[in-house]
Amino acid sequence: MSTEVFRVCPISGLQFHKPAEWLMKSLAVAGVVMLLIGGAEALLITLTRWPAVHLLPANSFYQLLTSHGVNMLIFWLIFFEIAVLYFCSSTLLRCRLATPRIAWLGFALMIIGAVVNNLAVMKGNASVMMTSYVPMPANPNFYLGLILFAVGALIGCFVFLGTLVVAKEEKTYEGSIPLVTFGALTACIIAVFTIASGAIILIPTYLWSIGYINHIDPATYRLVWWALGHSSQQINVAAHVSVWYAIAAIVFGARPLSEKVSRTAFFLYIAFLQLASAHHLLVDPGLSSEWKIFNTSYAMYLAVLASMVHGLTVPGAIEVAQREKGFTNGLFEWLRKAPWGNPVFSGMFISLVGFGFIGGISGVVMGTEQINIIIHNTIYVPGHFHATVVIGTTLAFMSLTYFLIPTLFRRKVMLAGLAKWQPYLFGFGMAVFTLAMMGAGTLGVQRRHWDMAFTNAALGFDYPASAYTLMGIVGVAGVAAVLGGIIFILVTVLSIFFGKPVSDEAGYGIAASRALRAEPIVVPDGGHAAAGKLGFAAPGTFLLAIFFLVIFVLYYVVNWKYLASVWPLS
Amino acid sequence: MSAIQPPSEIVWWKQPLDRVEGTWIAIALVWSLIMFIMMPLWHVYGKQNLSNEAYRTTPQAFMAKTQAMVDQYTVRTETPAQIPVVRPPPGSDVYVLGRLWQWWPLLELEKGQTYRLHISSMDWQHGFSLQPVNINLQILPGYEMVVTITPDTVDQQTIICNEFCGLGHHNMVGRIYITGEGS
Repeated sequence: MSTEVFRVCPISGLQFHKPAEWLMKSLAVAGVVMLLIGGAEALLITLTRWPAVHLLPANSFYQLLTSHGVNMLIFWLIFFEIAVLYFCSSTLLRCRLATPRIAWLGFALMIIGAVVNNLAVMKGNASVMMTSYVPMPANPNFYLGLILFAVGALIGCFVFLGTLVVAKEEKTYEGSIPLVTFGALTACIIAVFTIASGAIILIPTYLWSIGYINHIDPATYRLVWWALGHSSQQINVAAHVSVWYAIAAIVFGARPLSEKVSRTAFFLYIAFLQLASAHHLLVDPGLSSEWKIFNTSYAMYLAVLASMVHGLTVPGAIEVAQREKGFTNGLFEWLRKAPWGNPVFSGMFISLVGFGFIGGISGVVMGTEQINIIIHNTIYVPGHFHATVVIGTTLAFMSLTYFLIPTLFRRKVMLAGLAKWQPYLFGFGMAVFTLAMMGAGTLGVQRRHWDMAFTNAALGFDYPASAYTLMGIVGVAGVAAVLGGIIFILVTVLSIFFGKPVSDEAGYGIAASRALRAEPIVVPDGGHAAAGKLGFAAPGTFLLAIFFLVIFVLYYVVNWKYLASVWPLS
Repeated sequence: MSAIQPPSEIVWWKQPLDRVEGTWIAIALVWSLIMFIMMPLWHVYGKQNLSNEAYRTTPQAFMAKTQAMVDQYTVRTETPAQIPVVRPPPGSDVYVLGRLWQWWPLLELEKGQTYRLHISSMDWQHGFSLQPVNINLQILPGYEMVVTITPDTVDQQTIICNEFCGLGHHNMVGRIYITGEGS
């Protein structure tokens, strides 16, 4: 093994395997291109659902909504996630990437799949939404594109697993893999399950669309499709939680409070997250309440417990690292004096708070068997998942990108002033957008619906004025978030192609980070708990967690009360 | 060692828990169990539960049952398309079907009375969303869903389709009128 195939970044200390480096760059660029397309579609969709604007005609609206869902939820995120998998294996374990040629084959299949699917939707005979519920038919290429993309992503997963074997075999690390790699492994295992479920349902559906199979049962389709559709969002969760831990380590040198707790929480994801297919089937015919309750709660909310643990341990690790650096005054000095002007940190922190408070709480509430009756398929649902996938995953990936620009692409972040504000504009824009959607959904406004005024319907329905106001807010906040997305893409593209090469630490600019620099951490006598208060290593974080719980409990109770006002059903 | 490096302790799983983590895990676990228990409890004490009663059917069979109800209990028709409005007796089995792009027929029910509502689709998947009371159900072709409903308001409720079903999806609207007791 020659040393020339490796590059050690003199500033961050990270070691890149050159073939892996090229793959990561290509995957990240492909992801950002999908984000650009999906973002342009987002703007047009938002401007259509804003009642005062109502931009697109119905057929274009449904067509772009289909494309937006697939491009964002599948293509953008999975391109970036495969890059994250390669980073967490080859780069963090300082080893060569297994079988780079096969990895390129996977990448090529992903690109071909994304193109085939997009062309099918663009032609106009595949406006079936991302879910493509049978028996509504789509052009066969719609399914074929997804299948090809999935095979490519599966290859990426196996290259990641192979790389773990290489690292172990070549002894590039001692003991256990890092926590962040462990989280990536969690994401990879969930991804394999997800892709297998996708194959089980999409291959027969493809055969049905070309006339080889004559019937697909719609209830079975929904059950198995959601093992793809929901589990793929769990890849995102495992991946962005890993990114949170990574950024806490990169920016603060934070160590996990305890490896045992964080790893067990990841393990709970592997064991229970896949049950969430049930979230989509709570008001379906043909399933029993026992089945619904067990599955929708991930077997007694054990995966929710895992997320609540990560929600404490990530900021907790940051708090401990900051306290050890001397920010020990009061409960929140560590947080006040955090680098809020560094988008790597600010984006990650907004992602964490938004994911927990908005996405997490709403997800659990609407996933309650009976409460789902008042929420299913209203615009509350996209409100929830834009909080998890956009504020949670996408913003976390954006913050990681600000770190990768100087380390992986070796360019200084350009338009630093704009980049500094980008996570705030994007994060807060999306927060208002999702909250307004949830409000409108509570008033019964529907998702995937072109005309809330029912202008051409034989029978009409008038939503209350407040529903129109909320959808107007959705429009304004959506445009603000899209603006944040445009700034991100502008900064990324300009930096990569025209940025100044990075030669020293100053070249990191606003993306300042510690990464692997071995700054000695002063551990006070009595362990890191001694730097905290009342024997709590991270008292500020604990208080924030309690605040989160109070909001959670209140919102949960309010929704039961709302349900109790609905007609008796049995 | 930070989270992007291997744990510094080879035997990391023996490191004792911080108090902050232990306390939070205990609180979060209790809350998780409370949320879990709430669902079965609501089945016992709550009034809004789906029976999950459902049957396999065919569009033809379901259409025949719906047509029989329409033939027997239609009281008037509405809209230029002459959609029947059906007023079935309290306590009876009531049928509504979804098809591209209509809920059929319209119903007139009495407040405080209980009806067994059967819903199915003639073609693609549809969403039965009753507004403004806000009850949402997923309707599949080949499956007949049965929900026992007791309207407790005197008003008109609109059935909106909330599962995307093609170009006319946003025009797929039906109605349930609720009249006062004994009227």
